[in-house]
Amino acid sequence: MSKLSVTKRGDFVKMCIWRGDASGGSFVDYKIPVSETQTVLDAVTWVQRNVEPGLSYRFACRVGMCGSCAMMVNGRPRWTCRTHVSKVIKNNQIRLEPLRNLPVIKDLVCDLSDFFAKWLKANGRFVPTATREHPVKKISPLSRQRQAANAAIECINCAVCYAACDAVEQYPNYLGPAALNRAWTLVNDVRDDGKRERLRAITADGGCQCCHSQHGCASHCPNELNPARSIAGLKQVAVTAIFKGEV
Amino acid sequence: MPGLRLYLAQRISAMVMTPLVLTHLGVMIYAIRGGLGTTEILSRTQGSLLWGSLYGLFVITVSIHAAIGLRVIAYEWFKLSGLLLNLFAILVGLGLLALGGQAVYTVVLA
Ligand code: SF4
Ligand code: SF4
Ligand code: FES
Repeated sequence: MSKLSVTKRGDFVKMCIWRGDASGGSFVDYKIPVSETQTVLDAVTWVQRNVEPGLSYRFACRVGMCGSCAMMVNGRPRWTCRTHVSKVIKNNQIRLEPLRNLPVIKDLVCDLSDFFAKWLKANGRFVPTATREHPVKKISPLSRQRQAANAAIECINCAVCYAACDAVEQYPNYLGPAALNRAWTLVNDVRDDGKRERLRAITADGGCQCCHSQHGCASHCPNELNPARSIAGLKQVAVTAIFKGEV
Repeated sequence: MPGLRLYLAQRISAMVMTPLVLTHLGVMIYAIRGGLGTTEILSRTQGSLLWGSLYGLFVITVSIHAAIGLRVIAYEWFKLSGLLLNLFAILVGLGLLALGGQAVYTVVLA
């Protein structure tokens, strides 16, 4: 494994990029000049600008905010705009594939419809209890509930956790770490009025009980969130609800 | 696909099983290190309500816990589903219950 050596200007790295569409595809090799601080997304962009204008991939912000650039990099899901080539290179090469657990559209672009549909299915929408006419509710940032919500709130919808999750692979109905993590923030939001339907959603077929608690999501989330912990919280809520006869 | 109630049943059976497994291990170590033979062990367990209910409970929780766990594995690895999957889990549960029940019967009642 060579690490820092490849970041020298003038060096080349081999990039095997998956090319194809829903009907199938294969890896194509590209030789890329590397520079210091080059990200994987920079390298993909270089291929598209210089070698293969037809290469499809997705990105927007390039600074780790929009969540659109995630791909499988050497077998692991990562946000490519914040992943340095030097950090992930193995045997002077990088293998890029579209995100796991999602249908491919073309090359490195996946169809995220299912992923987002599950956010709605988990009732990941804030249901207000007040209107603009009401005074703003005061919520202590120190309250236990607000702290639980804050710990899980900084999600950029990148689907990295979803691609890392074995339960998603096994149970196509499973809502997945991101949608459940979002549900957990709302379960802890005292201003929210969607708790009943959310409880139903997270305990139905494909709900929080499908999670194996092996933390694949947490170990890959680029924002260092811990969806597995959020889901553990949801499981507690679900179990309490069973005993109260609410589900 | 595990439902919430199966999930709960598996957690509760695990909770009940934990002290029973520890007790069982403790008893095993005690019996063997103390050099107890079959007759001595049986003389203590025969007709004992305590051992009977302890091991009876153990067998019931193991049957529930293992059946649900194997159901998950059968679904994920062998792609069983629907009626077949539930049938498989029920058979595993009943099989374990029968085997364990027979053992408890032999040690405590026969
Ligand atoms: S902990 Fe749960 S949600 Fe996270 S990757 Fe594992 S199964 Fe998926
Ligand atoms: S929880 Fe993390 S990995 Fe999952 S979508 Fe949000 S930011 Fe991405
Ligand atoms: S391009 Fe926006 S997060 Fe990577």
